[in-house]
Amino acid sequence: MRVLLVLPILIPLSTAAVSLVFWRRRSVQRWMGMAGTSGLLAASVWLFEAVRREGIQATQVGNWSAPFGITFVADLFSAIMVVLTGLMGLAVAVYSLGSVDRRRESFGYYPLLQILLMGVCGAFLTGDLFNLYVWFEVMLISSFVLLALGGERGQLEGAIKYVTLNLLSSAVFLAAVGLLYGLAGTLNMADLAIKLRAVEQTGLVTTLAMMFLITFGVKAAVFPLFFWLPASYHTPPFAVSAIFAGLLTKVGVYALIRVFTLLFVVDVGYTHTLILVIAGLTMITGVLGAVAQNEFRRVLSFQVISSVGFMVMGLALFTPLALAGSVFYMLQDIVVKTNLFLVSGVAHRLCGTSELKEQGGLYATYPAFALLFLIPALSLAGIPPLSGFFAKLALVQAGLAAQSYMIVFVALAVSLLTLLSMTKIWNEAFWKPQPPESLPAATQTAMRAAAVSKRKGLGTLIVPIAILAALTVCISLAAGPVFALATVAAEQLLDPAGYIRAVEGGMTQ
Amino acid sequence: MGSLILSTTARFLMPLLLLFSIFLLLRGHNKPGGGFVGGLVAATAFSLYAVAYDTNAARRVMRVDPHTMIGTGLLVAIASGALSLIAGQPFMTGQWGSFHIRGFGELYLGTPLVFDIGVYLVVLGVALLDVFSLAEEKS
Amino acid sequence: MNVVLAVVIGGLYATGLYMMMRRSIVKLIIGLALLSHAANLLIFTAGGLTRARPPLIPEGANVPPAPFADPLPQALILTAIVISFGVLAFALVLIHRAYGTVGTDDLDEMKATDT
Repeated sequence: MRVLLVLPILIPLSTAAVSLVFWRRRSVQRWMGMAGTSGLLAASVWLFEAVRREGIQATQVGNWSAPFGITFVADLFSAIMVVLTGLMGLAVAVYSLGSVDRRRESFGYYPLLQILLMGVCGAFLTGDLFNLYVWFEVMLISSFVLLALGGERGQLEGAIKYVTLNLLSSAVFLAAVGLLYGLAGTLNMADLAIKLRAVEQTGLVTTLAMMFLITFGVKAAVFPLFFWLPASYHTPPFAVSAIFAGLLTKVGVYALIRVFTLLFVVDVGYTHTLILVIAGLTMITGVLGAVAQNEFRRVLSFQVISSVGFMVMGLALFTPLALAGSVFYMLQDIVVKTNLFLVSGVAHRLCGTSELKEQGGLYATYPAFALLFLIPALSLAGIPPLSGFFAKLALVQAGLAAQSYMIVFVALAVSLLTLLSMTKIWNEAFWKPQPPESLPAATQTAMRAAAVSKRKGLGTLIVPIAILAALTVCISLAAGPVFALATVAAEQLLDPAGYIRAVEGGMTQ
Repeated sequence: MGSLILSTTARFLMPLLLLFSIFLLLRGHNKPGGGFVGGLVAATAFSLYAVAYDTNAARRVMRVDPHTMIGTGLLVAIASGALSLIAGQPFMTGQWGSFHIRGFGELYLGTPLVFDIGVYLVVLGVALLDVFSLAEEKS
Repeated sequence: MNVVLAVVIGGLYATGLYMMMRRSIVKLIIGLALLSHAANLLIFTAGGLTRARPPLIPEGANVPPAPFADPLPQALILTAIVISFGVLAFALVLIHRAYGTVGTDDLDEMKATDT
């Protein structure tokens, strides 16, 4: 079982290493990308099964016992996240085959994608705060390069903002880790969970909690700290922004949930109220930005922020139902967000632009593709039979139970506005006829000729979208069992004893 | 570029630096040293050569593409850690063995050395990749 | 010693943040480098300062004699230094490329991605 915990890290790393050895052989790299992500998915499902059946798993890297060595822990929450990482990795790897240009491929696109996935899995599985910092950096460095790869002007400008704000948050993270070590004398999360509850100066603990809130808040893109996201997510290739939107902010939310359930529960009245306010403001600003934008990916970028608000809301309410809602929301939102960004890539290819005003006519020409957009879009807005509805329902119920009527009102209003912004995309890109006057005739014929040639590789783009849409439908149909799973994950999060026992059990092994 | 003194010195210094880097790598087994610093010293050797001649010449002397070197190093490091998985212990548990070599005595070796060799290759590859790409962008 | 280091760390943070708020991207990178130095020194100080007591185990004993310098913060700092070395190397290449593409080092001119 110990092997299982390191496989989600080892498989992408080995894949990246082999791809680097075959640096000049693009076809090898493409196949390795597919093989690596498939392997990652298989390993993650295996890990998930083990965790589901046998409870929380832990291993001590290098056989150094727990508070001293690095621990890898998988509870149900992290196992679910790792499975989704594998799924999104595979979907995006397939999508990349048909959409990433040759130049980017020859500059190491596929190995970088693997390293990114490794960083994400590592962050989900580690049980040590400093190790979490290292995984964040692995993730950030690979995402920096993926973002800037290609060197277009918008990309470089977006990358500078992304790099600056994320490095700033890393510096805060590092400082917080150092101070925490000075306070508690350990960085193992299970060990910290015990020691922080015994610390007498709760003021210091709360101060540290605020530092972690800021650093993970930047990564998760919560209210006052999200500005790097809409400045950069619409610039790289579509496959890259899809994997960013699907996974990276969720790692931030995951880290927030982890530290604010396991470590910083000393002064819940203060910290979690603050988080609740942040959650509400994040939802509102995110959705207002989405309504104001007129470019496909910019709308979606702001929607990413708005969804983060919902996930954080569950953490802030801090009841079993609310946390289950958060876990369920994350689970389905990863699928939906990745899918929407992939759809925006296909729309860009079919219309030759991402500006909503210049797009159009997609429903008339590709009705099936329009349906593939509608499934994730309506799920995002929370329309009843789809998965987003159940996630929001759980959060709203939890809000009502906790008598936080304000946040419930905000969440409902934001859902309506989300629907509005999705309808805007639907109206502009799919429903209205393609605006003919916007382009000179010569360009149009050239584009039509290009569109025919572009239709060739469309299969590799549509297949992952269709699979993710089917997955959304599956989650919606099986909402009961999936939600039960999320409830178990939430119960594990709220009862740190099991987590601590698993890590300490690793100590005696 | 083209300084006679520098290019002659570089030719003499390079083997010395490379030997020293391997010395550091092996010394790291029990004492200060190791793959990281060894790799940096080896990278200095090739960078010096690149400054004295040019990056193409340095690439020729290296024979191996930096990317390939990084990949190989990573694979070596992974293999050293994965060995303990086969033995049924947690990832990266050190595996040690004692070898007897005639006329030399006992040699006590373990996977940390293999890991260090991997680190050496990765650091060498990454540092050279940085230096080469920055140097080639200017010209 | 603690006070001196505290002042140094504070100074580094202040200068780093000041540099980051300048408009030039080169100063931005310098600011980021200073920030990571400040964070490293902070770990070093917060981990506890013990002068001239290396954590060496004498012959025949199992643990080093009681007051000894904690080696862990130094290991953390070493890791953080290596990471920040990699990140800064990348950031340097990035601003160089950005300067070449955009044609200016003024951050206020780089607003093509904002609306």
